[in-house]
Amino acid sequence: MSGYTEKMREIAGRLLGDCSVQMVIGFRKGTLPMMNEPCFVTNPEQVPSLVWDSNCGINLANYLTNRKEKIAVFAKGCDSRNIVNHIVENKIKRDQLHIVGVPCTGMIDKRKITGMVNGEILETTETEDTIKVRTAEAETLFDKREVLQQNCALCIHRNPVIFDEMVADPVAEQTDIDRYADVRKIEEMDSKEKWQFFDDLLSPCIRCYACRNACPLCYCPTCFVDESKPQWVGKGQDPIDVRTFHFLRAYHCAGRCTDCGACQRACPVGIDMRLLTRKLEKDCQEQFGWEAGLSLDQRPALDVYQTNDPGDFIK
Amino acid sequence: MTLLTIDKDHWTQGLAAAADHYRLFGPVKEKDQHQFKALEKGRLPDLDLVNTRLSPKDLVFPQSEIMLTYSLDESREDHHIMKEAHTDHAPRAVVGMRPCDARAIQLVKLNFDTPDVKDPYWLKAYEATTFIGMACDTPLSTCFCTSAGCGPYNAEGLDILMMDRGETYLAKIFTEKGKAFADTAGWNQATPEAAEAFVAAKEAAEAKMVSTISTDNLADTDLLDLHGAPFWDDIAFACLNCGTCTFTCPTCWCFDIQDEVQGKSGVRMKNWDSCMFPIFTVHTTGHNPRDTKTQRVRQRFMHKLKYFVDKYQTGIMCVGCGRCVRQCPVNIDIRRVCELMNSFKPADACVAQG
Repeated sequence: MSGYTEKMREIAGRLLGDCSVQMVIGFRKGTLPMMNEPCFVTNPEQVPSLVWDSNCGINLANYLTNRKEKIAVFAKGCDSRNIVNHIVENKIKRDQLHIVGVPCTGMIDKRKITGMVNGEILETTETEDTIKVRTAEAETLFDKREVLQQNCALCIHRNPVIFDEMVADPVAEQTDIDRYADVRKIEEMDSKEKWQFFDDLLSPCIRCYACRNACPLCYCPTCFVDESKPQWVGKGQDPIDVRTFHFLRAYHCAGRCTDCGACQRACPVGIDMRLLTRKLEKDCQEQFGWEAGLSLDQRPALDVYQTNDPGDFIK
Repeated sequence: MTLLTIDKDHWTQGLAAAADHYRLFGPVKEKDQHQFKALEKGRLPDLDLVNTRLSPKDLVFPQSEIMLTYSLDESREDHHIMKEAHTDHAPRAVVGMRPCDARAIQLVKLNFDTPDVKDPYWLKAYEATTFIGMACDTPLSTCFCTSAGCGPYNAEGLDILMMDRGETYLAKIFTEKGKAFADTAGWNQATPEAAEAFVAAKEAAEAKMVSTISTDNLADTDLLDLHGAPFWDDIAFACLNCGTCTFTCPTCWCFDIQDEVQGKSGVRMKNWDSCMFPIFTVHTTGHNPRDTKTQRVRQRFMHKLKYFVDKYQTGIMCVGCGRCVRQCPVNIDIRRVCELMNSFKPADACVAQG
């Protein structure tokens, strides 16, 4: 994946040069180790700023919502599924997009690596399979598979599901992945344990809404927590208001979430809100046989009625 | 100013003694991060830290604070009458705050304590607090305090500044508040000869700073030129409009006032707000003068690096703590923005050839 950058610049230069698109959305190198910044380029001279490595975890579909230009966008497996969502939900038109597919072997988890070394990380270098981390005192070499974001470690759609051209040949998909071991553990808890679990899970939340805003699915013109006429949810740090935000946001993503991990990656306090969305993803699979963002031709599970939909919850 | 030596055994005893007269706050480690919290009896502040994720600004400016309470129960005589909420303003001390965070409180004070307007909630909390700083010998690569009007040994806003000398702490006492705290703690071992230790340690800490910004042109650049500069779309593109930068920033002071009612009892509360949030400037008509992300991002940086500079002439509204740099989910870096703003020349400006 570290070899993609040159190819991406070549593609971006070509598309801007022959006026096939007005802008290319990708990443530029970050100012901190393990950080890249989503960016756009609009002329071939800016193309050398584009980069790609294992720090491109923010979902670029998030930057397409309601845009009017003709856009080329680099899309990992998860980004491509969110682009499908966007097209299906009329947030962008298919013919506005030139999707450059990026076969992905996973993004690294900055927080996890930071927790595994002593001292401030000053630099990282990566190869195809390894990440080398330098602090003032030491260098540590990690196997990339050990330090992936959890959603990437559990990913079963590494290759884009929709694209106009590809940066490289598809990578092997992971098989025999148990995506829901941790969700099942929570399902088995009694209600008191569950209450405590979610209390602990959400207690660090500072209500910055980075999770919502990093999520390509969260594009309501006014979010229910921002609605003020009438106001639905208190704006303070009351735990009930905090939980209401997280639970309702998760429900709003049911049948739409692709587990891209952008929410968790963006959270400044490290909350694993994917536990909520993956429970809903699991339910959608078990009850409707539905996986989000795989096809432009199917309506999302909660958007359509079928005669074999489960109905036993209606008493 | 008085200089004291405090050996570390005496430090612990002193804090225990002070705890009888002050509510103590300090950094403690929870999960993977340090944060400032009230210290239960016997718990010591953990001073082995680089910088906390959130600044201690919430000690004087809580994220949610009840200002007034009221009842809607018409059988009560005092129904619909607002009453000041009970807030504990007994003496308290925050132990181990960084010089950057202490200076930040002084910048924020310009807003809450003016000749015309005094915010009683902020001021009562501020006045009840003794600020005990711990000089910083381990700046991070993202710290740029020395070029933001601050520094790892900056004393502004502190009643006491301490430095760690291994077996002992060396403490400078600047104010009556600081002296009262040291007296209560029983710290009274004067060491007049140690003043140069501060100077040497300050120089050593400043030499470790790797990150700087330039701010020299901000005041002289025309405000409307900067406002209309071409780089704002580029800076704002990645922004998620989450409030992380504003919530972690020790100098961000914006708040919103809300009424919350449950049953018949209600409160009027103040909550942190953020110029990143779309609802921040929405008028009651529904019109939003800062309707786009770019306008909101521009507002934040213009406020910190231009409006504040022009209004107060005390430098930028940033102390270089680096929290927003480290915690922005998409790596928008105020150092980079400051560089763009500080080096900006309007397109039609005449540049001397030489």
